[in-house]
Amino acid sequence: MDTDRERHRARETAFYLFTQQSLPACKPVLTPGWVIAIFLFMGVIFIPVGLISLRASHCVVEIVDRYDIDCVPEPSRMDKVSYIQDDSIPKNCSHFMKYINPSWIDAEVNSYSLQMYVKSRSDKQLLDGQKYHDTSSCQPVESNNNRPIVPCGLIAWSLFNDTFEFIREGAELKVNRKNIAWKSDRGHKFGKNVYPFNFQNGTLIGGGKLNPEIPLSDQEDLIVWMRTSALPSFRKLYGRIEEDLDVDDVVVVNLMNNYNTYSFGGKKKLVLSTSSWLGGKNDFLGHACVFVGCSSLTLAIIFMLLHVKYRRPYGDMSYLPWNRKSFSG
Amino acid sequence: MYYEEADKPAHARTSNLNEELGQVDTILSDKTGTLTCNSMEFIKCSIAGTAYGRGVTEVERAIYRKKGSPVVHEPNGLNHIEDSADVNPAIKGFNFKDERIMNGNWVNEPRADVIQKFFRLLAICHTAIPEVDEENGNISYEAESPDEAAFVIAARVLGFEFHNRTQTSISLHELDPVSGKRVNRLFKLLNVLEFDSSRKRMSVIVRDEEGKLLLLCKGADSVMFERLAKGGRDFEEDTREHMNEYADAGLRTLVLAYRELSENEYEVFNEKMTEAKNSVSADRETLIDEVAEMIERDLILLGATAVEDKLQNGVPDCIDKLAQAGIKLWVLTGDKMETAINIGYACSLLRQGMKQIIINIDTPEIQSLEKTGDKDAVIKASRKSVMEQIVSGKAQVSALSAISEAFALIIDGKSLAYALEDDMKNSFLELAIGCASVICCRSSPKQKALVTRLVKLGTGKTTLAIGDGANDVGMLQEADIGIGISGVEGMQAVMSSDVAIAQFRYLERLLLVHGHWCYRRISSMICYFFYKNIAFGFTIFLYEAYTSFSAQPAYNDWYLTLFNVFFSSLPVIAMGVFDQDVSARFCLQFPLLYQEGVQNVLFSWRRIVSWMFNGFYSAIIIFFFCSRALEQQAFNDEGKTASKDILGGTMYTCIVWVVNLQMALSISYFTLIQHIVIWGTIAFWYVFQLAYGALPASFSTDAYRVFVEALAPAPSYWFITLFVVIATLTPYFLYSAIQMRFFPMYHEMIQWIRHEGLSDDPLYCEMVRQRSIRPTTVGFTARRAASRRQ
Repeated sequence: MDTDRERHRARETAFYLFTQQSLPACKPVLTPGWVIAIFLFMGVIFIPVGLISLRASHCVVEIVDRYDIDCVPEPSRMDKVSYIQDDSIPKNCSHFMKYINPSWIDAEVNSYSLQMYVKSRSDKQLLDGQKYHDTSSCQPVESNNNRPIVPCGLIAWSLFNDTFEFIREGAELKVNRKNIAWKSDRGHKFGKNVYPFNFQNGTLIGGGKLNPEIPLSDQEDLIVWMRTSALPSFRKLYGRIEEDLDVDDVVVVNLMNNYNTYSFGGKKKLVLSTSSWLGGKNDFLGHACVFVGCSSLTLAIIFMLLHVKYRRPYGDMSYLPWNRKSFSG
Repeated sequence: MYYEEADKPAHARTSNLNEELGQVDTILSDKTGTLTCNSMEFIKCSIAGTAYGRGVTEVERAIYRKKGSPVVHEPNGLNHIEDSADVNPAIKGFNFKDERIMNGNWVNEPRADVIQKFFRLLAICHTAIPEVDEENGNISYEAESPDEAAFVIAARVLGFEFHNRTQTSISLHELDPVSGKRVNRLFKLLNVLEFDSSRKRMSVIVRDEEGKLLLLCKGADSVMFERLAKGGRDFEEDTREHMNEYADAGLRTLVLAYRELSENEYEVFNEKMTEAKNSVSADRETLIDEVAEMIERDLILLGATAVEDKLQNGVPDCIDKLAQAGIKLWVLTGDKMETAINIGYACSLLRQGMKQIIINIDTPEIQSLEKTGDKDAVIKASRKSVMEQIVSGKAQVSALSAISEAFALIIDGKSLAYALEDDMKNSFLELAIGCASVICCRSSPKQKALVTRLVKLGTGKTTLAIGDGANDVGMLQEADIGIGISGVEGMQAVMSSDVAIAQFRYLERLLLVHGHWCYRRISSMICYFFYKNIAFGFTIFLYEAYTSFSAQPAYNDWYLTLFNVFFSSLPVIAMGVFDQDVSARFCLQFPLLYQEGVQNVLFSWRRIVSWMFNGFYSAIIIFFFCSRALEQQAFNDEGKTASKDILGGTMYTCIVWVVNLQMALSISYFTLIQHIVIWGTIAFWYVFQLAYGALPASFSTDAYRVFVEALAPAPSYWFITLFVVIATLTPYFLYSAIQMRFFPMYHEMIQWIRHEGLSDDPLYCEMVRQRSIRPTTVGFTARRAASRRQ
């Protein structure tokens, strides 16, 4: 008896159940009830959530203005590349935009060729400056006249350098250009004692120049630019307009059209936008959500009808794969 | 699968055959030691047209158990099936229970004289030698074959104790029906006409104490009934009927008959016999046979015996289950044909009404050719004969299989040698496949291996060989899976096997439960691996395509590296180890489930491709939804836009959720372990992001503080994760809901049954299971079905 009891006890232990593969388990079965309930639940959740996100997206005001063609004078439009590369021509340009309550500005650059581009940087150099020598990742913009370039690499070399000024009713709108980069980038990825050195001194000038007096960690334009985008068409934050704009205000934008997108057929746009809790204007999520919710509801209803109308065929073997074809073998 | 009596657990000796255990199409089995325990038990007899013996054979027990009814002809209201505990007889080789003739009660039976002769014959007509234990006077017997020993023991227990043999005499202790005392009887042994496989009988000629000359003969029914005298056929009909019953219950039967000889007759016979024995010509044997033939006629029938070639515990049950599962069982044995056929009956591989195709070359023409010594002619004739028999067998099968007649093929070793020749083996295989059961007797170890190879290569299906002795080693090695029985016959078979088990009956659980599970686990696991790596890899590919193939990965290097290590590995391992579509009980209750493995439905191209397709569309949905949702607009309310690390992080989060939830959706067995690994893996991804992001920027590069600073505070990150994950999984969920509801696979039906609590409804279960029982299969369920049809 003792051994029996012991054996019984041994069979209760988790280890025995584990090794004998008889652990207690929950074994859900996709019954029509569950299927209908889950689809109903998804419909009930996703339709309102989709509507909320659509509403958030609709609250966002976004005005997009493409300026890269308009800002090239008529005579030069045949050869935009030589226009943009000619330093002697002033690149300023004025635009009229009629906006409703915009509060921040993105510059959008389209169709960037990313080949060999995204990797051409040296994160260590950005943090440590010239002390860090192994900048081979920065090829082909690694050094100039045997002296290192800080910041090195193609990304930095192609720094976006159009500038914008906003004038409303004759008075300049203040644009806050601070805190446009992520705090961690400023604090830990770009050195406080690293100053631009030997930058854009080569024969090929890419984008903007940097003020060698200001450490990299304060060059927020550069920091924003260095945080590479995922896709070829992207926007970067330029700054925030901290004054409220009123409906039908006309804003004049004086911009310096310096940045060369013509050589690779890219587009440049200026975007003024407000924001919501979900970020910028994008109806996609809302639409998709509502769509998924609606289809879930439809499926739930279809399943419900089927369930009511046709009982599940019990044990009907004619569907079994080996019964479909005549059994041979 | 632990055999307590011998302390032998099952032992897997190779680890890479698990899934094949779930796909076995043909089992090739040895007989002695595998199906049987090689011990004979005297269990029933029919004397003077009355059937005695209430012992229950393993086969009958299995049938009764199946019916769920108690043993019907149990006397005194003892309506219980004996458990295996009291099956083990107190006396080895004796399992006879009948109070009518035991303990000397036979003297009260109406035909006591016949009973006396019957058991006296059993005690005399044999070649066994008694060994008396000096200490306690117990007698044990040394016999040529175990069934002979069983007879002598039976006679001893019933009061006819054979205790001494000399060159010329046999002495018995016997109960005298008149005085009721035990007396010593001496029989003078005059001649022994020995048993051989062509004569199929054995006789002795003795002179009893009263001086009467008796010829006592026992033999197979096929030769004995024709030798009965006109006046000796009193109980022929009853005896035949009993013998059919016995054969159907899987017993070996022998007919007993005797004859009184006149002195003259004996004189003549003895002369001729001596002459024949003294001849030195090549046909000496024939001469002896002829003489014996002369004397062994005009016999008077006494009755018949039934000896059970003891099957191992649970063998008929196991064979029945395997047959229901659609597995074919071939028996390859070195025994002679009669034995093999008896065992075939015993384990329901053969049954009455099954058309037997017997191929042998013991035809008179070939025998006469053999005598001439012309070996080439013999070979030629044999080959021709075998070919003809195969062709005619095939013709029968194809003609009658339409009316679902079941066939059995029985072939002996000599014919097998020709049938396995290159030009014949394919037609032999075709014939064999057309038969429900195949028995190869008198086959050598090499032939066993050759047959195994023929089946393996010829059908292209998975074969399993099971055996226990050194003569099975070739077969075990040739088959896809070799199962060794770690019995008494040494370790050779076990050493060359892939899996060692202690008893044949464990094969049922090994194949139907563990084989099925393993097959299912491994096929799901491989499909899932395809799925998750395609889902992951294809997002990267799509990202590349959208960035002009810049070779810039969408994800951080460490994310890429650790996807298969941390974020998707444990759930799939847990599935590969623990997943069960249905519990072991249901695997055994619905053996047809095993066909999922044999037909390979869980790892068909269709299934692999659909899983890959699932991976592709998951990747497409994840990539496009994420990149469209995080397109160019601001990512959070500060107006910062989504950079590469944010898109990558979001997509990666979605992938981790999707592949793990996909796993949760596709398994239907959640133990604590499954919960821990699935939810733990997802949780670990967040922990990893925190930990990795907290490392210095020089190490974590573009993942530095991304989660803490950018992803976690942004509602859009969580919102996108929730939405994309559910949207990605919805199509699969819809698919499996439809499949489960309208086109359930067999295991899903069983899940329904379990879920709806119908497993206790015998009618319904029977309905689901009935489909699996085809009239052409073997096993006692099919036997029952066949007898019901008739």
